[in-house]
Amino acid sequence: MENRTLTCISCPLGCDLEAEVVGDTVTVTGNRCDKGVAYAKAEILNPQRVVTSNILVEGGICPLVSVKTSAPIPKGLIGNMIQELKNMKIRAPIRIGQILIRNLLGTGIDVIATREVETCPAGE
Amino acid sequence: MKEMTTDTLVIGGGAAGMAAAVECAERGCRTILVEREEYIGGVLNQCIHNGFGLHVFKEELTGPEYAQLFKSQIRQKGVETRSDLFVVKVDAKRREVVTMGKNGCAIYRPQALIMTTGARERPFNSLRIPGTRPAGIYTAGVAQRFVNLHNRLPGERAFVLGSGDIGLIMARRLTLEGMTVLGVAELMPHPGGLARNISQCLHDFNIPLYLSTSVVEVHGRERLEGITLAKFDPVTLQRLPGTDETIACDTLILSVGLLPQNELIESFVETDPVNRGVKVDSFMRTTHPWVFAAGNNVGVYDLVDFVTLDGKIAGQSAAKMVHDGFLPEKRVPLARTENISTLIPSLCCLEGNPFTIYFRSKKTMKKARISIGPGLFETIRMGIKPSEMVDIPFTVKHMEKLKQLGLSKIEVSLKEVL
Repeated sequence: MENRTLTCISCPLGCDLEAEVVGDTVTVTGNRCDKGVAYAKAEILNPQRVVTSNILVEGGICPLVSVKTSAPIPKGLIGNMIQELKNMKIRAPIRIGQILIRNLLGTGIDVIATREVETCPAGE
Repeated sequence: MKEMTTDTLVIGGGAAGMAAAVECAERGCRTILVEREEYIGGVLNQCIHNGFGLHVFKEELTGPEYAQLFKSQIRQKGVETRSDLFVVKVDAKRREVVTMGKNGCAIYRPQALIMTTGARERPFNSLRIPGTRPAGIYTAGVAQRFVNLHNRLPGERAFVLGSGDIGLIMARRLTLEGMTVLGVAELMPHPGGLARNISQCLHDFNIPLYLSTSVVEVHGRERLEGITLAKFDPVTLQRLPGTDETIACDTLILSVGLLPQNELIESFVETDPVNRGVKVDSFMRTTHPWVFAAGNNVGVYDLVDFVTLDGKIAGQSAAKMVHDGFLPEKRVPLARTENISTLIPSLCCLEGNPFTIYFRSKKTMKKARISIGPGLFETIRMGIKPSEMVDIPFTVKHMEKLKQLGLSKIEVSLKEVL
């Protein structure tokens, strides 16, 4: 048996969680909602994060488009993901919610745009 | 000079201003939203991380996504947006707003004015840290703007002073972009930012947090070459001798607080010395009947959701004043007790819609009893922290009880339950 203290990151309340781990069974206290239980289980057994970053834009009104993963990805893949984003360029226009990378690193999770980028009018 | 009348004018196109403008337009008011930058959205545009909107939209959005929801409504409801426009003067006597833009000066004459000018970051020079004044020292918001909007990295090896949320988020962001973030120092014995940000921004990337520690000197002539850290007594906040340590770095990121911005109106409205922002009542009306205010120029909020909700109230109230020509005048002041720092609003109206009392505790408490009154209502909350604002709904029933009790002030009291 192992006891762990965690801060729930599901929302800005940041509940202080106490988790009791026995093999694959996690018992959680200190949570104010069900998300706390789900978070503590995932955090102990397979930590995941929604990752946000930027990708370079060509021909847009700004040089970058902000992006996020469509669902949490395993924490260990964050570095590889950022590297993949750095090797890319996307042409404007870009719509919010547009899929920019499908099936990121074989996770089945996409990288999507979190803002609009209009094309830059000619001559500007 | 161009002159024009309008029902409502909103100054500042961030979260509070966008929410206020949408509410005004929805109620049939001709609404003009003035923004000094090229695009509306405010600081949300550069806050590409997620965590916004859990209260208002019940989902977790990034800053640009949260802003986009309001930008769409602004377009749909017919709010007239004037960006790249700077407000030079607000004249309360003539009820005029003077602006300066690419097409010169203009005078606007709104029936109601809503100030949503937000806050600025506390700058390096206000910290009075000895040493040279080299390049490489940025506030967290400026660094965030460089990285997230302009594709520019501020340096190679960074240290972060102050554990406010933007500082923690930038520690992670700069790490992901390839900088080495050596650590975060916080003068106070507890972190300034949300617990979730300590966890997901620092712990995830093994960035150390040094509590009761601050920067006491900066070094370098042209470019920053290093900083000296020292430990501070957690109670007296006095520097402890013999604890100095010098660290080599080329970038210092500051996350040392926000200051509400009210220079356009502070000559004729009252400000609250603790909130450092303008005093508002539960209609989000300032002490001048023509002027409403919402957002970080009223007090520094932790969550954009709360800013949006108060922005909506400001918009609804301004629209009501435009239609009815007046708002109920009877108000009762809210009063702090010993454990309360920030407290919004400053006055409670005896009529009108429900609202929320927001306050910040001076101390960490495991369990606390919050009493509003005396004799109005009580509630118990767990896990009170100075870094996290407490929101207490104030209903129409509470207003009726307040009238019955005839209180001359409403005390907001916070006591630890042992």
